[in-house]
Amino acid sequence: MSAPPSPDDGLSAANLAAKYGLAVSGARPGLVEYVRQLWGRRHFILAFSQAKLTAQYSQAKLGQLWQVATPLLNALVYFLIFGLILGADRGMSQEVYIPFLVTGVFVFTFTQSSVMAGVRAISGNLGLVRALHFPRASLPISFSLQQLQQLLFSMLVLFAVAVGFGSYPRLSWLLILPVLVLQFLFNTGLAMIMARAGAKTPDLAQLMPFVMRTWMYGSGVMFSIPIMLEGKPEWIADVLQWNPAAIYMDLMRFALIDGYGSENLPPHVWAVAGAWAVLVAIGGFVYFWKAEERYGRG
Amino acid sequence: MAEQNTTGPDTESRIPTVIADELHIVYRVNGAKTGKGSATAALSRILKRGSDDAARGVRKVHAVRGVSFIAYRGEAIGLIGSNGSGKSTLLRAIAGLLPAEKGKVYTDGQPSLLGVNAALMNDLTGERNVILGGLAMGMSREQIRERYEEIVDFSGINEKGDFITLPMRTYSSGMAARLRFSIAAAKDHDVLMIDEALATGDRKFQKRSEARIRELRKEAGTVFLVSHNNKSIRDTCDRVLWLERGELRMDGPTDEVLKEYEKFTGK
Repeated sequence: MSAPPSPDDGLSAANLAAKYGLAVSGARPGLVEYVRQLWGRRHFILAFSQAKLTAQYSQAKLGQLWQVATPLLNALVYFLIFGLILGADRGMSQEVYIPFLVTGVFVFTFTQSSVMAGVRAISGNLGLVRALHFPRASLPISFSLQQLQQLLFSMLVLFAVAVGFGSYPRLSWLLILPVLVLQFLFNTGLAMIMARAGAKTPDLAQLMPFVMRTWMYGSGVMFSIPIMLEGKPEWIADVLQWNPAAIYMDLMRFALIDGYGSENLPPHVWAVAGAWAVLVAIGGFVYFWKAEERYGRG
Repeated sequence: MAEQNTTGPDTESRIPTVIADELHIVYRVNGAKTGKGSATAALSRILKRGSDDAARGVRKVHAVRGVSFIAYRGEAIGLIGSNGSGKSTLLRAIAGLLPAEKGKVYTDGQPSLLGVNAALMNDLTGERNVILGGLAMGMSREQIRERYEEIVDFSGINEKGDFITLPMRTYSSGMAARLRFSIAAAKDHDVLMIDEALATGDRKFQKRSEARIRELRKEAGTVFLVSHNNKSIRDTCDRVLWLERGELRMDGPTDEVLKEYEKFTGK
């Protein structure tokens, strides 16, 4: 090596980098900068979620019709088992119970599939993470967004069910919007927490279905918590009713179903719904960001 | 190192764009210790949690061991070495896509790997994949709209009919590879890294992509090229890093290093 002497000789790598304004490759940006980068990628996040949604049914003959047919069939199965065979309505009229059940299933599925997609958001997309540069939070957010769009299709079925059982559109249906926004925030935060956990321990993808099923049965998807737990210590019902999944389900039912009045809601329900959303969304985001530079290690 | 630096500015004003400082990259592979992968082995791995990695059966693959070099603006650097010598890993580390175990990489701007394969979806039409791939690389919607025609024309997908509106899974492997390259090459980069396997498509397309790479080189500050084809290294690079078993075996002008490398491989 016969390089002529240069003023840079003898500088350590770090000093040389500093002199020419080089930055450490792959370093984690600050939180504000991270949010800014993420905002810059909003088109990618949206396009990716829509692409995933479309790709899901592109091989089927009926194509995108399955977006609506899948939730419809789901609702039918639950109606058959819990409505007709088991008769789990327990003091609710059929007009209330069927929309109650279908709302519960759809709203819970929204959270459930966001969590499951979150677990695999990083670990299932290592190829993408190792090939291209983007704020990694784009992935869990994009997957939650995909589930939100899926839910919007389900809502069409839900409206039809509600009308079919005598709950006609009224002013309180507008409350669906804030409920959806809050639940989406909550789901996204949860998906980001699960994404970081799943990136480190991919085994969670095997474990989570059981956790989610326990959560589903404990949240009163197919029964009313206060009626089912009558005579049991009060704190059990309280804990179950204040868990976020139950809160969002109850709010959605309250908004949608005629015969499901505010007496079925726990006190301060909107405050609790908002608190869960903000807490988990911000907490999940910060938690995910803290490991930003480590995603992609095999 | 100065005399082969033909495309760069004179030595006084050589500006470093990539500095690798004692870089180590380690992969961790779960459950590869005994080779049996039995349930009991997995269980004992969990029970031994808290002790060191080796005891838990997590195997470490030390892919890059203490590599240091400085790349300057205007250089085209070839990376050579036998299979599994750590070339692609080193590229990914420079791009900041693989976290370093020890040591650091400093870069000017955001180095990018030429490749969007992972972002594309076979079930979507070529049209939507162009948009998705562009967005994934960080292009804006306007930039993609501007270059859309260019990308499609370059790929030559539509030469045999309106294929761009069909799902990518219906493409032949050559067509898909051409579209992928066209999307990847549509963006300008500061520090550009090209992993081998560029020799896709037919002879006509290969020529077109070589020309495009030369163009990208002119626009980019520094280019890294991984290849097993010594001729393409000789054609495009003025400096070569030779990696063997994760260590930097030689770093110098293309001719010198390639001569040693060819002696080593027994060509």
